[in-house]
Amino acid sequence: MMTVTAARMLWDRAVCFVGIGLPSAAANLARLLKAPDIVLIYESGTIGTRPNVLPLSIGDGELADTATCVVPLPEIFAYWLQAGRVDLGFLGAAQVDRFGNLNSTVIGPYDRPQTRLPGAGGAPEIALHAKQVYVIIKQSPRTFVPSLDFVSSAGFLGGNGERARRGAPGRGPQAIITDYGLMRPDPTTDEFVLVARYEHVTVAAAVAACGWPLRTGAAVEVIAPPTLEELEALRELHARTRAAHAVRVKLPI
Amino acid sequence: MPVATLREAIEEHVHDGDMVALEGFTHLIPFAAGHEIIRQRRRHLHLVRMTPDLLYDQMIGAGCADHLTFSWGGNPGVGSAHRVREAIEKSWPQPLQVHEHSHAGMAAAYVAGASRLPFGLLRGYFGTDLATVNPDIRSVACPYTGEQIATVPPLNPDVTILHAQKADLEGNVLMSGIVGAQKEAALAAKRLVVTVEEIVEHLDAPMNSVVLPAWVVSAVACVPGGAWPSYARGYYARDNAFCIAWDEISRDRERFAAWIERYVYGTRNHREFVQALRADGVSL
Repeated sequence: MMTVTAARMLWDRAVCFVGIGLPSAAANLARLLKAPDIVLIYESGTIGTRPNVLPLSIGDGELADTATCVVPLPEIFAYWLQAGRVDLGFLGAAQVDRFGNLNSTVIGPYDRPQTRLPGAGGAPEIALHAKQVYVIIKQSPRTFVPSLDFVSSAGFLGGNGERARRGAPGRGPQAIITDYGLMRPDPTTDEFVLVARYEHVTVAAAVAACGWPLRTGAAVEVIAPPTLEELEALRELHARTRAAHAVRVKLPI
Repeated sequence: MPVATLREAIEEHVHDGDMVALEGFTHLIPFAAGHEIIRQRRRHLHLVRMTPDLLYDQMIGAGCADHLTFSWGGNPGVGSAHRVREAIEKSWPQPLQVHEHSHAGMAAAYVAGASRLPFGLLRGYFGTDLATVNPDIRSVACPYTGEQIATVPPLNPDVTILHAQKADLEGNVLMSGIVGAQKEAALAAKRLVVTVEEIVEHLDAPMNSVVLPAWVVSAVACVPGGAWPSYARGYYARDNAFCIAWDEISRDRERFAAWIERYVYGTRNHREFVQALRADGVSL
């Protein structure tokens, strides 16, 4: 449902910088269903890639083989992302706060972590330079926290226009897609509020699954359930992916 | 003639305490060379790599390193790099000091290193806590506009190690596909060791492709399959099934140690390593 909801929010010809996992699944579902000319960029340097199966890693051969071009890493970050050529950054994270700041670095203190996470990777500069950012993350009080253990990537910082005042080129996070519904930032305070929910989810449940006192928009819309077409396309994509990842590799020695 | 065996190349060019970058962004990761470093029991390395994944999990778990400079560390699409995590969280098998960047920052550090500039610069690290935990991340005022721009010190490894598709008899190296920051890491280093899938008489490199001329290459070793379980475009695909299986192998200290003992310490070279895996039923 999260994947389908996110896919619906993408548009044709968008230049989309995609992280691995749910963002990658949603972006490719959108490409298959409704946005055939969406330009997918992965940080491995593959530009305009059209993978037939979802990559397990950010640099699977499938991404290079189906790309318009493949560029070196310093170039993807400098000439393409930093130069402002990316319409949409699509990120996941381990924790998010009410202003859309993200943590993918560490749970607990940095020097003595409870859980050391993989780290920021490409996200800090995607979050800075993409014209806007979507965040896709499963909701629980442990992931939607009042205060991050570590800021890996900036959203609206402290809110109330701080991000814009500090001169960030991109507009920052414009949507958080969760397994309860959809949050959007309040245009004045920058705080994320619940604006839509899935049919089977109550507003009370969404509020309970959030670690900050989640406010709701003027009206909380109901997100239409996935259509048969959407579900079939997603299932086929996952089935192709599973089959591809199970193929044994043959070494030439 | 820089063509050597991998054992010779590592013996000569990788020393205890060196800063060593094994690069390759998912593609062309020099696994066989990393295993040879483990076999030769190098210690106190400062390992540098944008994406410490399975290879640095193995090298750090085997006790080769006490410093790590990186920008993302995990098993891509699968989860944690458990050995790296345990080194950071529990100092096992020894403490690991980390120097953490973003990808864009680390790419800029390699570019500065290759260019022999005093720092790399980028519009980056905006609003993040990375600069608070890594004092190397600073900023400078633009001399034209006054804008504050983030800076990172150059990365100049003692040795960079790469895997590539081909070299010719003179030792010129050709790589293609996803090439990450390999060229920058190569030219930033004092010494450069490359393993290749094959050595050919003539490279026949398309113009403007990534070629490292023999005179910047310290040693080339022919190690077919040397990027497994990463991949070499045109030769073999990424072994995603093994990368998924590594999650279980690496989760437990004893199981990890047994794996290293059997396949790395228990073999003399990459060919024997592959034969041992095949003998134990791993389909390769």
